[in-house]
Amino acid sequence: MPLLEVEDVSKAFRGLRAVEGVTFGVEGHTITALIGPNGAGKTTLFNLIAGAYRPDRGQIRLRGKAISGLAPHRVCAAGIGRTFQLVKPFAGMSVLDNAIVGALAGERTIAGARTRALAVLERLGLSAKAHLAASRLTLADRRRLEVARALATRPSLLLLDEMMAGLRPTEIDELVGVLRNVQREEAVTILLTEHVMRAVMALADQIVVLHHGQVIARGEPAAIVRDPAVLECYLGEDAIEESTKDETKDEIMTAPVT
Amino acid sequence: MSAGRRRLALSGAVAIALLILPLVGNNYLVSVATLALFLAYAGQAWNVMMGFAGQLSLGHSLYVGLGAYASAGLFVHFGIGPWAGVWLAVAICSLAGAFIGFLAFRLRIAGVQLSLLTIAFAELARIGFDHLDWLGGPGGLFLPVSERSHVDLLAFRGPPGTYYYAILLLTAGALALCAFLLRRRPGYYWRAIREDEVAAQALGIDTFRWKMFAVVLSSAMTAVAGVFFAFYNNSLFPEQSFSFGRSIEIMLGPVIGGLGTLFGPIIGAVALVLLGDGTTELLAKTGVDLPGIRQAVHGVLLLLVTIYMPNGLWPPLARVLGFEPRRL
Repeated sequence: MPLLEVEDVSKAFRGLRAVEGVTFGVEGHTITALIGPNGAGKTTLFNLIAGAYRPDRGQIRLRGKAISGLAPHRVCAAGIGRTFQLVKPFAGMSVLDNAIVGALAGERTIAGARTRALAVLERLGLSAKAHLAASRLTLADRRRLEVARALATRPSLLLLDEMMAGLRPTEIDELVGVLRNVQREEAVTILLTEHVMRAVMALADQIVVLHHGQVIARGEPAAIVRDPAVLECYLGEDAIEESTKDETKDEIMTAPVT
Repeated sequence: MSAGRRRLALSGAVAIALLILPLVGNNYLVSVATLALFLAYAGQAWNVMMGFAGQLSLGHSLYVGLGAYASAGLFVHFGIGPWAGVWLAVAICSLAGAFIGFLAFRLRIAGVQLSLLTIAFAELARIGFDHLDWLGGPGGLFLPVSERSHVDLLAFRGPPGTYYYAILLLTAGALALCAFLLRRRPGYYWRAIREDEVAAQALGIDTFRWKMFAVVLSSAMTAVAGVFFAFYNNSLFPEQSFSFGRSIEIMLGPVIGGLGTLFGPIIGAVALVLLGDGTTELLAKTGVDLPGIRQAVHGVLLLLVTIYMPNGLWPPLARVLGFEPRRL
């Protein structure tokens, strides 16, 4: 049984069908990437899983237990940690205190939460900045802090929303390494949305492609980048006709986005 | 001298000065110090809601008034003293706070709208008590004042020093309670909610529950200030008990001293009273009587602090004195 099951989930906003009959599963201890053009419904789907929205139809289950419609803090308690595309650090608090807030979800004492928070900051490479105010971090470090905070709650599933947006290529490569490490060492499952294909290709075991709110393809990365439907939605029909050689497609899909 | 010893020496000196103040000072000094501590205590209570949890109340006079009238009503009509009355006051104010909090947080009223709601309830109480003849109505409710020379702790009656020590004890207690809570789960969760409520929810915090806790604790603490106010003043009028001006006066201390800090409300209240009443007294000595000079001084102080010390008086002062600034 997959860790996360999304079954026939739909959500509309005033008639706009943001997510339409989406079904997919995420196996435990894997990294799944949710990709698609802007407006494909990725963030809506994320918010449905994280409990920020209630689905109009369909079921979302974590380890077989229905979580759709639960309030965000209950979804967290059920075992899902999330980050935000527009980072939301507790700016007036120290980096360590930010992580302690997350760790308190799973720890009864402040001392226990502090130990957990320090371990998580170490994992994310933020130990040296533990006593800085979160407001003084760079964007790349704020993204790391988002992961640290969510990870501190000891989730079984980590939702990462556009972690790489706005980062420099070197920062992206560093963060990819950190996330691989996190997934392995913390034995956590990751579902991420991402526009930066280089990061997706480096991280994902499985890719789910969303277009106009529907799943148009899912599978291993190598298969996805050769899928005609995917290429069409990303590049338009003309591109497929022109790019007869496989290398060209590979280059388009895996080149760093700058 | 090490920083730790200097802190200890300084704290000790302040504590001793506060303890012997009624023995060495005249009645005027004691009354000014009592006023400062009253504002420090009420400011500490307000700070729990706004400074820690980020929920702005502009109507804290509601809880001062309700607490005052509850205990005074019991005393005047049934002869029940403040030690029993304070529990009724705390119960009534907790319920009022819970009601307003529930209404606001369930209907997702936040920010400016929440502040307006708190003003509305204070105004509602002011008008309501004007029509409550059993508690004196607009003509006022007066507590019988007996012999003031000996201390009667049971009825909370005595010379000015009695009230001074009572409010000093309350302020110290509130400080200790806040210091305790800040270092524990409530402190972390309140500050997280203050900084970003959506992120707090995503980290498993039931923000409704913790905001309710802040509001109820804040109103319950303010209720005790109301009981003190009733037995210190001995006369209550709806017009002044529930006045918007008092709500502003309560929040000025923490804002000037340092929002969300432990010592800010105390430092701010002392600065307000020293400068406000000091100027008034100084002008009176030179024969000038300027009505409203106190409020004008408060306004200027607020302006200067906002421009030059946006985090309040305490954080920079704490650095100078060698204390860690606790902007938590």
